[in-house]
Amino acid sequence: MIIADRKPLAELLEMIQDCDRILILGCKGCVTVCNVGGAKEVGILASALKIARKKEGRTLEVDERTLERQCDPEYIEQVKNEVGDYDAVISMACGVGPQFLSTAYPEQRFYPAVNTTSFGGAVQHGVWEERCAGCGQCVIHYFGGMCPIARCSKSLLNGPCGGSAGGKCEISKDVDCIWDMIVRKKTEQGRLEDLLDVKPPKSWDTARDGGPRRSVREELVQ
Amino acid sequence: MRLSYPSNIKVIQVPCSGRVDIIHLLKAIEDGADGVYIAGCLEGECHFLTGNLKARKRVNYVKKVLEELGIEPERVEMFNLSAGEGPRFVEIAKEMAERIQELGPSPVNVQKKAA
Ligand code: SF4
Ligand code: SF4
Repeated sequence: MIIADRKPLAELLEMIQDCDRILILGCKGCVTVCNVGGAKEVGILASALKIARKKEGRTLEVDERTLERQCDPEYIEQVKNEVGDYDAVISMACGVGPQFLSTAYPEQRFYPAVNTTSFGGAVQHGVWEERCAGCGQCVIHYFGGMCPIARCSKSLLNGPCGGSAGGKCEISKDVDCIWDMIVRKKTEQGRLEDLLDVKPPKSWDTARDGGPRRSVREELVQ
Repeated sequence: MRLSYPSNIKVIQVPCSGRVDIIHLLKAIEDGADGVYIAGCLEGECHFLTGNLKARKRVNYVKKVLEELGIEPERVEMFNLSAGEGPRFVEIAKEMAERIQELGPSPVNVQKKAA
């Protein structure tokens, strides 16, 4: 799923400084699962912003709503009647949500409430980690099912750098060296020689370097 | 309860401290409470195993939110005591009432009155 973290309240308060009436729009997709932008978080943010305003001696009217998804025009359309009633709208979806909203309602101001960070999953309750960098040409099967593009700080494809120590990456003792894990797994599997197959430089055409990506499924296009 | 605790404390009973969510604590502050605390069972003695541990984490979350907003995080607190400890309940109530007295009214209220 897409992983995000909430922006600091001060940043959000500054965005809506001149607003008296706002809508906070949550999303029931990824951001609900990573507990950053679902109905619950919408309620918490609404309350926090109102507390901040009361402290300033001003009021803030906040409506709360959570859409099924914010990456589909079908759901974006559900707010068409009320979206114009607010001074601004804060979207708690990943970066896709406020963009779809801005396109659909060009008159309104939409602010992102979260910083979208990565594609990944929950490694324990309350902790999410990056697993994929969306390179557009998946190669994890060469590396014991682990992605060195997303999980090696240098995206190395032919073994660890000289900074790998004690299973940790040289950038931080809190970051596992994925190459240490790949080599360990291959060794345990008795397939270490797989790694002798040298990988040529990867083409990044399918990644962001090739420009914005687009997926078309002809059978569905109307 | 026969033991008396400070009258400016409003007690809200819940089946387990784990029932208290972040939004309940925030709403209390938003609606003008000068402070809010959870009196949960002793750690390790929750009937639902981790209710009081979750409550403590939520209290810590709310403390962080208040800090971000420039409001004293001490206005929100978690206490643990056993259900049979009436006197301890009173002690905590007094301690919290005193703490809030020292902090003064919540900035949310100060502005409301000034306005
Ligand atoms: S190889 Fe590319 S597509 Fe596959 S997990 Fe890594 S970044 Fe994602
Ligand atoms: S220490 Fe490991 S994870 Fe870190 S950059 Fe080097 S090879 Fe990559």
